[in-house]
Order: sequence, then structure tokens, then C-alpha cells
Amino acid sequence: MTSSGTPAGRSRTRRAGAFDIRLIIALLIGVYGLVTTVLGIWFTPDSEIDRSAGVNINLWAGLGMLVLAGLFALWTWLRPLRVPVEEEEGEQPAE
Amino acid sequence: MTVLADANLRLDANAVDYVLLGTYFALVIGIGYLARRRVSTSLDFFLSGRSLPAWVTGLAFISANLGAIEVMGMSANGAQYGMPTAHYFWVGAVPAMLFLGVVMMPFYYGSKVRSVPEFMLRRFGPGTHLVNGISFALAQILIAGANLFLLASVVNLLLGWPIWVSVIVAAAIVLSYTALGGLSAAIYNEVLQFFVIVAALLPLTLVGLYKVGGWQGLVDKVSAGPGGPEQVDSWPGNQLTGFDSNLLSVIGLVFGLGFVLSFGYWTTNFVEVQRAMAAKSMSAGMRTPIIGAFPKMFVPFIVIIPGMIAGVAVTELSGANKEALLAGEEAPSGATFNNALLLLMRDLLPNGMLGIAITGLLAAFMAGMAANLSSFNTVFTYDIWQSYIRKDRPDGYYLRFGRIMTVIATVLAIGTAFIASTYANLMDYLQQLFSFFNAPLFATFILGLFWRRMSPAAGWSGLVSGTAAAVLVFVLTESGVWAMPGQGGAFVGAGAAFVVDIVVSIAVTVATRPKPAAELVGLVYSLTPKEDRTPSRTGEDAGWYRNPTLLAGIALVITIVLNIVF
Repeated sequence: MTSSGTPAGRSRTRRAGAFDIRLIIALLIGVYGLVTTVLGIWFTPDSEIDRSAGVNINLWAGLGMLVLAGLFALWTWLRPLRVPVEEEEGEQPAE
Repeated sequence: MTVLADANLRLDANAVDYVLLGTYFALVIGIGYLARRRVSTSLDFFLSGRSLPAWVTGLAFISANLGAIEVMGMSANGAQYGMPTAHYFWVGAVPAMLFLGVVMMPFYYGSKVRSVPEFMLRRFGPGTHLVNGISFALAQILIAGANLFLLASVVNLLLGWPIWVSVIVAAAIVLSYTALGGLSAAIYNEVLQFFVIVAALLPLTLVGLYKVGGWQGLVDKVSAGPGGPEQVDSWPGNQLTGFDSNLLSVIGLVFGLGFVLSFGYWTTNFVEVQRAMAAKSMSAGMRTPIIGAFPKMFVPFIVIIPGMIAGVAVTELSGANKEALLAGEEAPSGATFNNALLLLMRDLLPNGMLGIAITGLLAAFMAGMAANLSSFNTVFTYDIWQSYIRKDRPDGYYLRFGRIMTVIATVLAIGTAFIASTYANLMDYLQQLFSFFNAPLFATFILGLFWRRMSPAAGWSGLVSGTAAAVLVFVLTESGVWAMPGQGGAFVGAGAAFVVDIVVSIAVTVATRPKPAAELVGLVYSLTPKEDRTPSRTGEDAGWYRNPTLLAGIALVITIVLNIVF
């Protein structure tokens, strides 16, 4: 239980930046959403749409994923994650 | 199984699907590599020493337990038993997760015990530690087999290779992925796979429901099918437990599944407890499993319902095929309930979404098996080999030994994959394993936690006799002496293991000497000061929405409502 609330503890943190898990989720789901939306608008043959009871799954799921990715990106931007920085390379994290 | 290699049962993946699959693994392995090179170890933030806000640990907690076994196993269960499968979530998980958060976490967090074997060593001593280590290692290998078999069945459907070739190829893929990406990649993968799976399953469920005519259409079709109308209500679940009597079935569910199996699983699960231990404060640690309980309540809707839809809409699993499978025979189509989700994906998803679904499943099996391999490796190398067989060697020796053990564990998992493949429904297999390993562990754990007198000898003898009792029930049901279809055998086994463990522990304790109280501070409830177990209510832990007990109460109410509605 090292003190994490003290001012000294505060100065030893930094932004997780590109390694913030939320940003990576936003990136992956965003790319997937983009690809499936494009597929859904231009490239999904009618035979496949008929098979899934007339619903264009690629289009709708793609749009859904884009929204989800946007929300995660927004969350990352509004509330950045701070992680502690170690003083020395190779030192074990404190209990 | 070989029938599935026929071209008409193949998943029709094209280049786009493979690109989406490739993108995923390139991202995960790339991030893992960069995180290892560029950033200090503190960025491995799931493992870092107590620095994380509750939402990060909560996210990791949810993802670690919503693995592929659950997705495939529960959809298989959905196809076979229908709505009663939801008990695995509403009776079998949520209450135990809340218990873990409210009762166990303050204790774990306060006592700083990092793992279950470590608790056993400090509470009972070497004998119990060794027994626990061996049974844990064995359980990991057997569960890794289930992951490997499922991974292979996806490869089999994708490429049409025979199942034994697929198993070996899948094992090779997991090994090289573990070596390439390292621990960071494994952890990012664990969280990402969850989102990919949800992104694939949610549309699949909605479109599937639309196709069978909405919820009412599904209810009508399932009721008219071989399983009958009781498959659309969660209670009393006779088909699931295998009991004829409604009362016995409810008791079996509540005590066997709800209490022993699930409390045993959730409160002693190494991987998940560790995620919660990385939290910033005791309050955040307590909130971790409670936050995880909320999505857990709604997961049944995207795994069980697709299974039920597959049971009525997929030709290979509906009608006469389902009837044969329910009777314990081979289906004329050659499919099993384990294929439910894959076959539904084949029928409904267009290229694109199909690729995402395949990616989610493959990633999830990899994550599951990587977790099995690494926990096996850790426990076998440090808790067994270093503690009892080869002590005091340099670090490099254990590191090399661990690497060799990973390879050996993979080879052993190929063997257990073939055991797993003999089960038409993998949940039967897994529940059986949990009754052997988790039920006695939970009994010993809980008794040792609350009863300070319990002696070191009682620790290991209780574990051994509890497991023996569960194995005996298994042999009796398998040999037909005690007929018990469904998963009732596992529930009874778990109950027997729990009771035998408690009885033996009490008897042995009476006859042997307890540990001195001074050595048990922080390990036994009554000997741990109250202030060490109470979470803070100030600073970043302030506010009603951060109060663990209140959050747990809300979760419990929603679960009860779900049980009443379905």
C-alpha cells in the first residue's frame, strides 16, 4: 500500500497514451466498423442479404461498431489514464 | 466429427475475412512488442502493483472470464437445454461475483495474499500447498484441452482439415503466438477478444431472432421442437440437471451449481482475483468483480439465444438431429451441439461480419489457452518444482525450465483435447472438472478462512478426500450404477466433494494440532483487525456510485428480476 494520494505520488505518473487499452479498442473496432460499413453499402451481394432474412448485417453492425469506437475514443480523450512511472529500470513495483 | 469436413459444412470465408483476421493478430502482436520495447514494465498495467482505477480492473476482470469456452459452451448448452442455461449466469455466477467483491476482496486485499496456492501455503503449510498445486496444474491442462479442441473445430470448419491435424496445427499456433507476443500481447488480447466477440454476437443474435420471427417465434418453435416447452423457461431446469423431480432439480441448481460450483470457481479463481488485486484501493478492488457482474447478467442473451436459434433454424441441429442428440446418440447430420454457434454463423453472416466472428472466436481460444498455459507454467515451476524438487537454483534455471514446461504442457493439452472431443457438449466436460477441483478447494478455503482452529493436516486431507468423493460420483454415473443424464452428475459430485471435504476436515482437526494463532493473523477472518477489512469512503472512493455494497445490492435486484421474468 504505497501512498498514491499524496502530491509526491502524483508527480510520478504519466499518461498511458497510445497504450491506453480504450484507444486500442477504439482503433480495432473503428477499423472493423469502417470495413464492414463499406462492404455493406457496396459489396455485399443480394444473395447474402437474402440469406440473413433481408437484413444488411454488414451495414448495421458496421455503423454500430463505428459508434462504439467513437465512444471509446471520446472516453480516452476526456479522462486520460495515468500510470505510475518507475524510477529505475528493472525495479520491481512496490507492494 | 469427420463428417464436418464435408464441403457443405464449411465456413465460406473469403479474402476480406482473412484480412480482418490478420489485422487483429498484427495489432495484438505489434502492440505487445512495442509495449515491451518502448515502455517501462509499469505499463503492463493489469499486473502493475495496485495503481489502477476500478474501471480498468473491471474491464480486465470481465474480459478474463468471458472467454471462448463460455461462448461456445453456453451456446451449445442453449441449443441442448434452452433457457435453463441462464442459470450458469444468474445463479451460477452473479451471486458469487458479488460475494467475492463484498466479502472476500477486503480480505484478499488486506492480507496481501496474491494467489490461492500462496494462501494455502501460509494458512496450512507445505502439504496442502503441494496438493493444491498439483490439482491446480492438472485442472489447467484439462481445461487447456477444451480450449484447444474448440480452436481446432474452428480450423476444421474453416479449412476442412481433419480434426487431429487441426488440433496439432492449433497447438503450434498458440505456442508461436505466446512466444512472439509475450505477456503484454496476451493481456491486450484478453481484453480485445471480448469486444470483438460482442461485436460479432450481438448482430448475430438480433438477426437470428428476426429470422425466426422474434422472441415469440423462437418460443413457439422451441416449444414445438424435441425439447418441449420447458426449454423456454429457466426454472426448474429438469433437463439440465437430469432430475425428474422439480424440487430436487431446484435444490441441485441452487446448492450444487449456485453455491458449491460457482462460489468455488469465482472466489478461488487465480486469474480473475489477480485482476482485482491490481486495483488502486480496497474499494476499487471490491468494485472490480461487482462491475463485472453487470455485463455478466446480460451475456446469456447473446450466447444462449443464438444457441436456441441454432437448435431450431440450423438444419443439422434441428428436428430429428436434435432428437437424436438429446437421446445421447449421434445426429444423422454428424453435427454436435458444440457446433451450434459456428453453424449459425455459417447460415446467417455475410463475408465481413463472418471474418469478425471468426477472429473473435480464434482470439478468445488463444487467450483462454494462453492463460491456462501460463498459470500451469507458474504453478508448476514455482509452487511445485522450485518449492519441493529442485530448490535454490539460479533464476535462469527456472526461466528455462518454465519455457520447457510450456512446450510440454502444450503437448499434454493435445492429449486432453481428445478427451474433450468425446463430449457432445463441452459444458458437461467442464462442469465435471470443476466438481473435481474447485468444489473441494472452496470447502477447504472457506473453512480455513472462518475457523481458526482448522489444522494443517486437515487442509490437505480434506482436499484429497473431497476430490476422491467427486471422482467416485463420476465413476458411479459413468458406469451407469447411478443414472444421471444432463449435468446433474457434476452438481451432485460438487455437493459430495464439498460435504466430504468439510466432514473430513473437521474430523482431522479434532485429532490434530492447530497452527498457533500468531501465525494466522491476516489469514483467518476472526484474527484480522476490522480496520484492515474496511474500504475507505473518501477521496477517489467517495460517492454512492462507488460504494461496493450498494452496487452489489443493485446487481442482486436486477438478477432477481431477470430470474422472475424468464
